[in-house]
This record gives sequence, C-alpha cells and structure tokens, in this order.
Amino acid sequence: MDALLLQFLNGLDKGGAYALIALGLTLVFGTLGVVNFAHGALFMLGAFCAVTFNKILTLEKVVLDPEQKTAWGTPLEIRTPYVEAWLGDFGAFLLNYSVPVSIIVAIPVMLLIGVVMERGLIKYFYKRPHADQILVTFGLAIVIQEIIKHYYGANPIPQAAPEIVSGSADIGAWFGLAGTIVYPWWRLVFFGFSVVVIGAVFAFLQFTTYGMVVRAGMRDSETVGLLGINIQKRFTVVFGLAAVVAGLAGVMYTPILPPDYHMGMDFLVLSFVVVVVGGMGSLPGAVLAGFMLGILQSFASMNEIKSIFPGIDQIIIYLVAVIILLTMPRGLMGREGVMEE
Amino acid sequence: MSKIALTRRNLLKAGAASGVALAAPMSFVRGAYAEEFCNMPTGSTVTLGFNVPQSGPYADEGADELRAYQLAVKHLNGEGDGGMLNTFSSKALKGNGILGKKVEYVTGDTQTKSDAARASAKRMIEKDGAIMITGGSSSGVAVAVQGLCQENGIIFMAGLTHSNDTTGKDKKRFGFRHFFNAYMSGQALGPILAEQLGKDRTAYHLTADYTWGWTQEESIKNATENLGWNTANAVRTPLGAGDFSQYLTPVLNSGADVLILNHYGKDMVNSLTQAVQFGMREKQVNGKNFEIVVPLFSRLMAQGAGENIKGILGTTNWNWSLQDDASQAFVKSFGQEYGFPPSQAAQTCYVQTLLYADACERAGAFTPPQVIEALEGFEFDGMGNGPTLYRAADHQCFKDVLVVKGNENPTSQFDLLEVVKIVPRDQVTYDPAIFGGELGPADVKKC
Repeated sequence: MDALLLQFLNGLDKGGAYALIALGLTLVFGTLGVVNFAHGALFMLGAFCAVTFNKILTLEKVVLDPEQKTAWGTPLEIRTPYVEAWLGDFGAFLLNYSVPVSIIVAIPVMLLIGVVMERGLIKYFYKRPHADQILVTFGLAIVIQEIIKHYYGANPIPQAAPEIVSGSADIGAWFGLAGTIVYPWWRLVFFGFSVVVIGAVFAFLQFTTYGMVVRAGMRDSETVGLLGINIQKRFTVVFGLAAVVAGLAGVMYTPILPPDYHMGMDFLVLSFVVVVVGGMGSLPGAVLAGFMLGILQSFASMNEIKSIFPGIDQIIIYLVAVIILLTMPRGLMGREGVMEE
Repeated sequence: MSKIALTRRNLLKAGAASGVALAAPMSFVRGAYAEEFCNMPTGSTVTLGFNVPQSGPYADEGADELRAYQLAVKHLNGEGDGGMLNTFSSKALKGNGILGKKVEYVTGDTQTKSDAARASAKRMIEKDGAIMITGGSSSGVAVAVQGLCQENGIIFMAGLTHSNDTTGKDKKRFGFRHFFNAYMSGQALGPILAEQLGKDRTAYHLTADYTWGWTQEESIKNATENLGWNTANAVRTPLGAGDFSQYLTPVLNSGADVLILNHYGKDMVNSLTQAVQFGMREKQVNGKNFEIVVPLFSRLMAQGAGENIKGILGTTNWNWSLQDDASQAFVKSFGQEYGFPPSQAAQTCYVQTLLYADACERAGAFTPPQVIEALEGFEFDGMGNGPTLYRAADHQCFKDVLVVKGNENPTSQFDLLEVVKIVPRDQVTYDPAIFGGELGPADVKKC
C-alpha cells in the first residue's frame, strides 16, 4: 500500500511538470495556432535563470597567491565569494534560498524572451504550414540549446533546495505510520507550486477581462478583431505568459533534476504526447492528461508490474496515447475542428 | 645450338642483371604489401583520427579527451615539455613524430550514438586517410567503432569504455583498451566494501539499460555475493531517464541497506542527487546505516553531483592527485596548457596515443599486423598506472585499480576524489576465457 502511495506521489510530481509544460504548449497552439517545438527550450531557459542567479550570487573574487603553487606549478587561486563578503548573513540567506528567489528574476526574463521570440521569429510563420512552424521552432530549440551548452558546458549543474526543505518528510507519521512513507520535501513543494501556477493561469483566463478577450480570440479571432480589439497584441502577451509558465516550472524543477542544456528536449516529446492525449487546444485536457500520464508512468515502473510486462515503464505513455487516440481521436477533451481542416 | 662464351665481362653483366632482377621484385612486393593495408602514409605526415563526443551528454568528457589528444600530438612532434614521453619505460619515441613522419590529426563527433560514431569514423578512414582511430566515451560506441575498424583493417585504440564486452565477447584483433573494465571494478571494490560496510549487507542495483550497465551489474553482483552480500533486486532503468523517483521509491521499503548505482555521466548525477533527496543517506535499515555505492567514478561526474558525492565509494582508472613521476609529469603538462588538471578520460586517451606511436616505432612499420604484434603482450611502466601489461589474448591492459571516495574536505574545486586504496594488478587479473569472444584476423586489407 505504501509503495502504491509513493508511486502516486511520484506521479503527481512528474505530472505537475508535464502539465505545466503542456499547458504553455496548448496556450500557444490555441491562441496562435503554432506548434511550438521550442517550448521545451523555454523550460530549460527557466532552469538556467536559476543557475545564472546562483552563479551571480556565488561570484568569487580571485586572488593569485604566488607563495602557494598548484600541482602544475602555477600560482594558487584564492577565492572569496562577493555576496557573503558584502552582505554577511543576508548574503548567506540569499544563497540558501537562491532557487525560489530566482523566480523573481525569471518572470521578467522569461516574459521578455517569450515576447522577443514571438515578435522576432514566430509571427512570420503564422500563415505558413504546420510543418514549417515545426521546423523553424525545432531549429530555434537547437540554437538555444547550443548557446547554453557553449556558456554552461554539457554537464548538469546541481542546484540545492533551501536547507529547510532539503530533507524528506515522513508523511506516514502524519497518519500514525511513521517511517513507511518518506518523501522529499522539495518534491511536495514542487507539486504545490504547480497546482498554484495552473490555478493562476486558469483564473487569469476565466476571471479577468483580458482573459475573456483571449478566450474569445481563441474561438474566433476574426470577430474579436472586427470588434476593434488588437487580438494579435494579446496573443503576443499570451506567448510571453506561456514562456513564463514553462520557465517557472524549469526554475522550480532544478533541485529535482540538475539542469543541463538538453533537459528541454527530454520533456518536450512527452509534453507533446500529453497535449495530444489531452486534446489539441484544450487547457483542462492538457492538465488532466499531464497528471494522468505522470501517474501511469510511475505505476508502470513498479517491480511487480515490470515482472509481468518487462519494459512497460518505457512504453506505457505511448501505449496509452495510442489507445486513447484510437478510441477518442480528438483526445480526452479535444474540441471539434481543431487541426482537422 | 649457340654457344655463349663465359667471359669475365659477361659474368659481371649477368651478376648485375640477376642482382637487379632479384632486388626489384622484392622491393616491389614490399611496397605492394604496405599499400595493401588501409591508409598507409606515403608523404611526410601521418594522420590519426580522434573520434570523441563533441555534443550530447558526454560532451565535456569528450572535450577533455580532445585536449589530451592534442597534447599527445604536441609531445609526439617534439613540442612542449614532452609529458609522459620522459617517464615512459619504452624509449622508442624520440619526439620526431612517428617513424619520422609528423603527426597530424582529424576529429569527429560521436554524439555518444553508435551510428553517428560509426559514420564519423568511416569518414575519417575513407576521406581523411586516418591510419588509427581512437576515442569514445561510451561502451556502446566503442564496440560499434571497434567492429568497423576491424572490417577496415584500421587500429582502434579505445578511449573511455568500461564494459567487459569491449575486450570480452566483442573483442577484436584491431581493438585495444587501456581503460579498466567492470569486472576489475568489482574485484577491486568488493573487498573494500566488505571491509568498510561489513559482510552482512543487502544490495539493490539500479542499472543503466545497455551493454556497460549490464556487465557492471553482473560484475559487482558477483563480487559482492562472493563476499556474503545478498542482492534484493536489480532494476534496469532507461538511459537518460532524468527523473529516477519511480525507480528509487521501491528501494526504500525493499529491505536493502545498500544502493548500487550502475549509472554513468548525467544519469549518475541525477540518480544520486535524487537518492539523497529521498533521505537515503540518513536512513537506517536492519540496524545499519544505509549506504550508496557508485562503482564507476569520474571527477567530471563528481563535479556534477556536488555535495552529494562526499564519502561515496567507487573505482576509477586514474586520478590527477597520484604522486608518481608519470602522473605528475602529465598533470604538469596538461595543467600548464589548459589551466586545470586532466580527467581519467584524458589520461587514458593520452596514453593510448603514445602507446600506438610507440608500437609503430618498435615495429618499424605502420602495417597493422606488425603494430598489433608490437602491442600484444607489451609490458610497460611510467604512464601513471604502475607496471602495465597489454594482454595478447584479449587486448586488455592489466594494471592497478584505484578505489576512491568522494572527498569530504576538498582543498580545491578539482580535489573531489580521495584515493582509498590502490588495488594491485594481480588482484584484478582474470582468465580471458570467462568472457569468450574471438579476436579475428590481423591481416585485414580492405579499406
């Protein structure tokens, strides 16, 4: 039973990441009609916002000490971090909370990246076939990846969660079963965070006038345009919003998965499956499918299941996708007419 | 019937003519014999092919390998301080290239994918005229490229590859490996594990699902079970899984008190980081501290794993902190050239290049059968690993193995591994028959 519960928690966690990325993908597809293969790169760029913020906080003053030599005979470098030297305890606090604090940096940076990406490149592809959009965004993803690799190297760069949530929670103890269900605090924080972000995006679209116009534009952008609203401008903001959502997921995921230049691609393929299973253009579908596939993937990795179906953990997502698309060709919550013309 | 007068003049003429007749075919045949082999150098240079991952998950390792190759070329051509040429027990290399020909090189990107690595090696053989291929940071890649080299009659000096298969069931006459293998890791690590963690332990393996992972799991399992350990389970994980949580949670309540991570590179960094997050380093099972073991270590990986690597046991082929003259000479050359110490991948690649060049010098030829003969059974020293044998039966080097652990108190950003024990070569030597395989012919002339 505890094994099932643990796998359920794993699934929620994974599902949270899938849902956040798929949500952005669906937003962009639903508003702009663009299949954005560079969306995974936005997730990765978010993670690297956290890395960069941490790097700035750990910038060190390097002094060469001619008295001491390295093993290869050059003077030894003495390093002292600036932030701790200048800000004392507050510097140490900032360093400890560098991942959550970098959210403040990531929001404007990701919004800017999203808007520049849309205005600078993607807007020229609205009227082009989906194949062209896929090629250009995929190419863009590779370019972004290579730039990151050039500056940060190919190795993963670990980011620590704040000390207070770096250990694991004895969830079993909350129900009088101490020691049976132990789960990392940060993963619980990430799950909570993903629920809050998803809720915020839905609230923005559902309860604000801006969101209402965007939703109207998703249904019929021509009519909204005729009403005198510059829907294109709003869609650009939506693209920026999708970039922020992916970026925030990236920031918060860094303590779980040490970021490297390729992490976006690893998530992108799965997120596309999530979008298709959820139904192209359906926001609740994307969220539902994200959590569903995350949980299924975790359960399929259980030894008891793998002993009956060896290797099932590696194909379960695609298998379920095939079954759902065969029985429900529009996905779980797909709308009629999307990508069907 | 005519009569030929046997005069002194005629005799001299006949003698000269037969001398020419006898000599000419010989030199013609010898030339032809050399030309039958692939890419024999004809000008004043000889080209080596460095096939390393320049993109993909092992790109940093590949970059370090390439640095080592470039340094080796420099030293072979008589530039720089000579590095390990000064400490190498064989004195055949003079710093004037190989057999008087200046060493040049071409590079390729394996992308850590077998097909890309083969395509790049093929290009270097067919287009660039490389006489020897070396490199790689994955056993899958090494086995694939080694097979291609055997088909083409090109010597392959393997870089970082740790699977038993490379010089076991997939061994080839044209392939040579200086790096150690999973079996040796098991033999070296087993006794230290028993000594430090006790003999009454239950292990749980998480294993990368490809040739290297399988052979390492088998080797470590055998070694630990022989010492009295039990194995609770051995689970295969897909390469590049990223999040290993679904494979880690079953470990928690499995009754195991040791987690063995048969992962390398990015997978190892991720699985170790996540295992620590699941509280495995503070856990108590069966009244003992829960322990994590990473059988194959590298400093570059240790850098990626950060704090989590501290105190964790594993093995490595070489570490820059070794104090012997050869290691010191190499660290000095490399450090002065690039500003940081070399990795184990860099050391094995540097040594392999020198060993190939030395074999050509000792053979007095570039022709593969002679070079292979010079390498087979070659005993040497002064390359940073103590006395080493290139065993003729499987082309595997036998030398001391380092058991290391993550340094608890590093003195610099590079001081990440602490040598626990240098396990002598005798303890890791095995019968080549246990892994099977056939070396194949040495006179492959196709190109």
